[in-house]
Amino acid sequence: MPIALIDGNNFYVSCERVFNPKLEGRPVVVLSNNDGCAVARSNEVKALGVKMGTPWFQMQDLARQHGITALSSNYALYADMSNRMMSVLSQYSPDQEIYSIDECFLGLDGFENYDLVIHAQAMRSQVRRWVGIPVCVGIAETKTLSKLANHCAKKSLAGADGVCDLTRLSETERSRLLATIEVGEVWGIGPRLSKQLADRGIHSVEALRRADPKTIRREFSVVVERTVLELNAIPCLSIENVASAKQQIMSSRSLGNYVYDLAPLKEAVATYVAIAAEKLRAQGSVAGMIQVYIRTNPHKEDCPQYSKGLTIPLPEPSGDTLYLTRAALWGLRRIYRPGFAYQKAGIVLMNLSDATNKQASLFCTHRENDRLMEVIDRANAIWGRGTLRSAATGVSKSWVMKREKMSPQYTTHWEQLPVAI
Amino acid sequence: MACGVLTPRGQPSGHGGPVFPEAGVIHVPGCPLLARPVPAGFPSPATDYVETRLSLDKHLVEHEDATFFVRVQGNSMVGFGIHDGDLLVVDRSRDPGDRSVVIAVVDGQFMVKQACRVPEGVLLRSSGPGHGDILVGPEQELAVWGVVRWAIHPVS
Repeated sequence: MPIALIDGNNFYVSCERVFNPKLEGRPVVVLSNNDGCAVARSNEVKALGVKMGTPWFQMQDLARQHGITALSSNYALYADMSNRMMSVLSQYSPDQEIYSIDECFLGLDGFENYDLVIHAQAMRSQVRRWVGIPVCVGIAETKTLSKLANHCAKKSLAGADGVCDLTRLSETERSRLLATIEVGEVWGIGPRLSKQLADRGIHSVEALRRADPKTIRREFSVVVERTVLELNAIPCLSIENVASAKQQIMSSRSLGNYVYDLAPLKEAVATYVAIAAEKLRAQGSVAGMIQVYIRTNPHKEDCPQYSKGLTIPLPEPSGDTLYLTRAALWGLRRIYRPGFAYQKAGIVLMNLSDATNKQASLFCTHRENDRLMEVIDRANAIWGRGTLRSAATGVSKSWVMKREKMSPQYTTHWEQLPVAI
Repeated sequence: MACGVLTPRGQPSGHGGPVFPEAGVIHVPGCPLLARPVPAGFPSPATDYVETRLSLDKHLVEHEDATFFVRVQGNSMVGFGIHDGDLLVVDRSRDPGDRSVVIAVVDGQFMVKQACRVPEGVLLRSSGPGHGDILVGPEQELAVWGVVRWAIHPVS
């Protein structure tokens, strides 16, 4: 059955342009948390040779020369625009898997009598019109191939006008096209695997497609074997309509400034626990372990370096923010060393299980604050995250990340609506 | 959150099974049914007539995914009943007709104007003191960002 992958073009930049049309046709980057690196680039910026992840401070000269506009990540805006886009696309198939903030798969089983390219063009124009986001569509027999088809649509390979349907190509045309694409473009083939494949003479997608799956399995893994099969139009990955509950929940940020003392680190860690625990409860899970870690900036080689994490098994799985915070802060006190400039802290909730099947322990001494947690989650859903929080998260927040260039949250705050004269 | 708890009518709960056995107790968000405990005595004669309470959100927002709110600044559209500070409900999914009030993008700026087809192109009309009309000729591209469906104006 054919599968479509729909992907928003330079999604964060496109979201910004919907509300700030002056940015249209101009070079724009969106920076990561803390205004660190480029996480989205407009085509104009890509044309200047700026790579994904380039630190903002390295672009300063280029930015001045070409008038690059840099914006902080406005996640509230991107999340709302993503929900709108996904909702529009869900009208085009009952089988939708939302894969990330800016891309989703649509299963097109039963659409055999449709002209899929026309169907895909209708999706593109409706999303563009309703939400304002330009998207590209790739269509093929498997998820891996539809990702590749999407790449072709973006790069206008195979004469694509924002849509590339690989199922329309003859075998010879397909070979010729895939031979021109580097193996690193394949979904799941990262830089390290690309290099290892190149060492075995596999440079193009076509070469990987022609490789013997059994040999690949022996020399790499069953995952890469599956990729080879998928490239040969043999579906191994199905559309997952319901997002499976996460096995781990992480929450970490770069700290706004370098942090030296334990007190602000404790506030940061407590805040990350609160964010992760809220997600934990939202998916109906409890955590059996919590990991806490802190580190200095590895790029500042002249400064003393320190990096340490500690995993704390919990006597009883929990979804209670206060309990998890106590455990994380206990761990933090054990790994903290004075005299270092800390740049990042984070926590990971692990060994997640279903909250309803929680096993009570014989020696359990703590009671879950289920009702309190429910009240916290509901209050924060209504009045904004952090309205009700534990005092451990602090009030000074000297460590919060920098988002100095952030655009208004046009769709989620009444006082920040776009203005018309 | 408005929740209804569905239990079988005419049967005291705890005896016969739920209406939908596989689901047990069903929470229906936004469902107006029996949000209160069922009276044990004489049943309310109105329960068969309960309807969803009117929602302004549903009334004003026809296409949720395509609807955005925009704030008005200035009095260029007073003649159309659109005042400084009003809240506009803008639907991007609608086709602008002749004389629709729209959000137009002029030199990268959002403007609320009435779009009128004229032989020379499209005339973006204002109707406030000291505000002229703008003619967008056929050689210029007129970007209509969305159609203004409602202007919400506070009265007291």
